[in-house]
Amino acid sequence: MSGALIDAHAHFYHRDAGRADWNEVNAARLRAGETIGVTYHVASILGSYGFSSPTYFPSPDDVTRGNDAMLEICAAEPERVRMFVTVNPNHTDHALAEIDRCVARGAIGIKLLASRRADDPLLDPIGEIAAERGLPVLHHIWQRRTREWPSQEISDGSDLARLAARHPKASFILAHIGGGGDYMDTFPAVVDTPNIFPDLSGSGVDRGMLDAAVAALGAHRLLWGSDLTMCTGLAKLRALEVIGLGADDLAGIRWRNAARIFPAGSFPRCR
Amino acid sequence: MSDVDSSRPPVTASPLTDVNTLIGPYPFRHVPHPDPEILVRVLDREGVDQAWVGHLPSAFYRDPSLGNAELAKALTPFADRLRFVPTIRPDWPGWERVLNDARDRGAVAIRAYPPQWGLGPHDSRMKELAIAAGEQGLPLVLTVRFEDLRQRHLMDAAGDLSAAAIRALARAGDQVRLVVTAAGREMIEEVHWGLTPVEQARVFWDISWIWGPPEDHLAKLFRTIGASRFVFGTQWPMRLTQTARANLELLPDDVRGAQLAGVTDICSR
Repeated sequence: MSGALIDAHAHFYHRDAGRADWNEVNAARLRAGETIGVTYHVASILGSYGFSSPTYFPSPDDVTRGNDAMLEICAAEPERVRMFVTVNPNHTDHALAEIDRCVARGAIGIKLLASRRADDPLLDPIGEIAAERGLPVLHHIWQRRTREWPSQEISDGSDLARLAARHPKASFILAHIGGGGDYMDTFPAVVDTPNIFPDLSGSGVDRGMLDAAVAALGAHRLLWGSDLTMCTGLAKLRALEVIGLGADDLAGIRWRNAARIFPAGSFPRCR
Repeated sequence: MSDVDSSRPPVTASPLTDVNTLIGPYPFRHVPHPDPEILVRVLDREGVDQAWVGHLPSAFYRDPSLGNAELAKALTPFADRLRFVPTIRPDWPGWERVLNDARDRGAVAIRAYPPQWGLGPHDSRMKELAIAAGEQGLPLVLTVRFEDLRQRHLMDAAGDLSAAAIRALARAGDQVRLVVTAAGREMIEEVHWGLTPVEQARVFWDISWIWGPPEDHLAKLFRTIGASRFVFGTQWPMRLTQTARANLELLPDDVRGAQLAGVTDICSR
């Protein structure tokens, strides 16, 4: 199936990300995107990816450097890259200032990592600004949180649902149902919170996962994405074509649902 | 702008065989329609000629013999497409007879699950099984994992198959042929570069769990280890069967024409 396609969960790297091949990885994303038919990559940079502060707890300086690099990539690829501004909610003033700064330069959404649990009141100022400006919040999620894991303060669908319920006018993208944990817990946890939109990204490609997501939430709440594995993204596209979805539902997952929740005019090449 | 052309020929051996499929339920989560007739439909849809088929619940049985009987019976109507891969547990009395029986019933390979059976990486019985199977011309199919570590059931405590276990089996004898499924880049590299060239040639890896772009692990492995060490496998019905082919279609230009190994390569001596 051809047609517009928005990757609602992408990442790029930069020279301060602690890996020599950062530019090759960025190029590989664009190359694979061309092959798959990605119209827009909506992407973020996660600070220094652990090089000078932890990936999921980035320092304010690393957040700014990463956002600067992401702005540069958007400027270099205006036809196919859009930006989430990454923030660490433990540094509220800095987070709000980064949102101001980067949205003024074209960012269309907000990226929250795992620096603070999703239902923590510290996230409320971010939820408020997201609602005011119509910026979707992509929140890193561990599907079904049963214990703490190292290197991140994980949240699950229930945690995000509590935040989303406090900010019903904001849209929240629940990250990567294929990104680890028990996605079968996530669907009932968010089903009654209509401003949560799970993305399909992640390396997990369990048979039955997509069918279950559609059955539980409806195609109108799902967004296609790839995160770190574009091969699984393509596999999920192919699978969506054979699980009995109609053309409207397919188009919704591929791009229309994203176009609906991001600011108007974010994706002029999608129609 | 369009999706990948699904009619483009895959970079795989002909006839295309999926060496990593199973039928039957999984004990820790619901798996939809793990049935042979569904598998045949999937093979048709995906343009795959044949599949090596194991019996999923047998990995968790104390004695997999009855599972093998169920498998053989279930595959009989589809024998031209679905090839019998029984499970043999080498710490169970009489396994040698089971192996001979498997050969007589037309098995194309055998499966074993040392972590699920509590057999450590240097267990002599696993080596005996690998050698005996090799002498019969039967590759030994190993499974690194069924599910991502992050989603496993509390009672699924077996852990992944270790690289040390694979190395030990690859060193067991010249007749040994291993098909290791569901491994990622790090494990493949750790095993491959921990073996002599002769030992390396005894090991084939399925591509069901290897990452594609943007990290391009599969492409890097093709460049360093060589595509001829890899075989087509999907881990159906646990995982989307589209993943392996998608990975091949997203290879960068310099390795796009690489040729995977086929069944005849695995079984050649």
